[in-house]
Amino acid sequence: MKAIISKDLVKKFEDFKAVKGINLEIDEGELFGLLGPNGAGKTTTISMLCTILKPTSGSAKVWGYDVEQEPENVRKSIGIVFQDPSLDDNLTGRENLDFHARLFQVPKADRSERINEMLDLVELKDKANTSVKKYSGGMKRRLEIARGLLHEPKVLFLDEPTLGLDPQTRRHIWDYIEKLNDENKITIILTTHYMDEADHLCDRVAIIDHGTIVAQETPTELKHSIGGDVVTMTITPDNGEFIEKVEPLDFVRSAQQVDDSIRLSVDKGETAIPLLMELARQEGVQVPSVTLKEPTLEDVFIKYTGREMRPGEVSDLERMKAMAKRF
Amino acid sequence: MHFFSDTYTVWLREMTRYVRTRSRIVSSLAQPLLFLVIFGFGVGSSFQFPGLGTNYVNFLAPGIVCMTVLFTSIFSGMSVVFDKEFGFLKEILVAPVSRTSIVLGKSLGGTTTGIIQGTIILGLSTLIGVKFTSGLPIGVSILLALVTLFLIGMGFVGLGIAIASRIESMEGFQMISNFLVLPIFFLSGAFFPVNNLPAWMTVLVRINPLAYGVDSMRYVVTGVNQFPIMTDLGVMLGFFIVMMLIGAILFRRIQ
Repeated sequence: MKAIISKDLVKKFEDFKAVKGINLEIDEGELFGLLGPNGAGKTTTISMLCTILKPTSGSAKVWGYDVEQEPENVRKSIGIVFQDPSLDDNLTGRENLDFHARLFQVPKADRSERINEMLDLVELKDKANTSVKKYSGGMKRRLEIARGLLHEPKVLFLDEPTLGLDPQTRRHIWDYIEKLNDENKITIILTTHYMDEADHLCDRVAIIDHGTIVAQETPTELKHSIGGDVVTMTITPDNGEFIEKVEPLDFVRSAQQVDDSIRLSVDKGETAIPLLMELARQEGVQVPSVTLKEPTLEDVFIKYTGREMRPGEVSDLERMKAMAKRF
Repeated sequence: MHFFSDTYTVWLREMTRYVRTRSRIVSSLAQPLLFLVIFGFGVGSSFQFPGLGTNYVNFLAPGIVCMTVLFTSIFSGMSVVFDKEFGFLKEILVAPVSRTSIVLGKSLGGTTTGIIQGTIILGLSTLIGVKFTSGLPIGVSILLALVTLFLIGMGFVGLGIAIASRIESMEGFQMISNFLVLPIFFLSGAFFPVNNLPAWMTVLVRINPLAYGVDSMRYVVTGVNQFPIMTDLGVMLGFFIVMMLIGAILFRRIQ
């Protein structure tokens, strides 16, 4: 069975089209990633699948239920961890979970057992009766994950699950996510703008930019589609002639101008660089810097969108915002 | 039907939050007590109002009880804005429950806290010499007081929810309290009798639902009131129904 199917999903906010026709097919048991920069439409897409936002047009089914016709059945089948914090700070961890369990109709007989199980899973049992106000950012995130799982959802949505967390907590949360997917067989859809997160966790990734999906594959295949290695070089003077000379070379698969540098996809980086340097000498241009690396999802993103995602710049601002909200 | 258990769950959260914030309970009792003691004795010892039918502190006490319920309930309804701001509203909205049960649970929660606060004020007022002089049987007094506080409580939580559903941030809060809540309170007849007012003010008092709540409470405490008690109850019932409907309709529109 398909856990999620969406057809031409569109969301308009007044004049702004945030999502421009998203088609997704996600299998039961998959760990699927929506990867893209901030403002690409990831959260909007998720919100429509979670029945929080009504699609402007198009349709979507989650666990076989139509998001517009049967929202209540969709809500019963899914768990969500929102991008922004969504706990009641005045309640304790256990009270937050209890509230959720009641609203999601976890039978009274199972309620406290289920809550204890989840607290165990996220290792918050000893903090269960502490006010959430006193939790750290990572603890809040873990409690939200526990809450999302409390009613045994078939599909779990994680919207930027590690945004604003320190590297150690991030690792920790990755481990939970993998465990849930491997052992509990929960279908997981996560959004992220961290390339390494998508690469590390996801079975399949959809790269989303300006409200459309530009590529959809396994991370390995996506990276493979780039070719062998990525060589990035800056040259002076950079008058656009050099890239034209480089492009027809038989070991160069593709050449792209990205900001101040030339980005080449080549078969074998270690043999390509000397040849490129030789060519530069012949053409009379200088090469102040050159780097060689294996392709990452970042390179895939650049290939499809022609620009860098710059997770650093964006995430610093986002991280500050997230921290401000969280603490 | 899990409608009522969902209502209960939302109510339970409101009550847990209420019990949890003890400092807020004390500070929200301090303000009405200040009004009652300082105005009650300050104004009462210098001015004579025609047609009070009782001393000023006795006259004022039911109004202050209604003020307590007004403030508690309208801000409890408006706490939806806080839930929006702190993200908890999303958790509620994505649950497989009807929005109406959420509105009802929230309203019952705010009203319960309002009634508790109001009862505490009424109890404390007897310590400073307020006397029940209506001569109504005790059972009737309690029933009428509860019905009054319930109806105005529910009505004003509904109003708070309706406002909160339309405003985006907490900035609107101060404005609402200055331009809506305080006028409702001052024009309710809590401080002064409303039978000798200028015509324009009489109109404002007559369209103020709280005026009927104050009148009804005053009937319970002093036995003297302005409007027939059935008018009080009818207006409050209408206010309660209309506000619940508007609150529920606007809350359902939140996306």
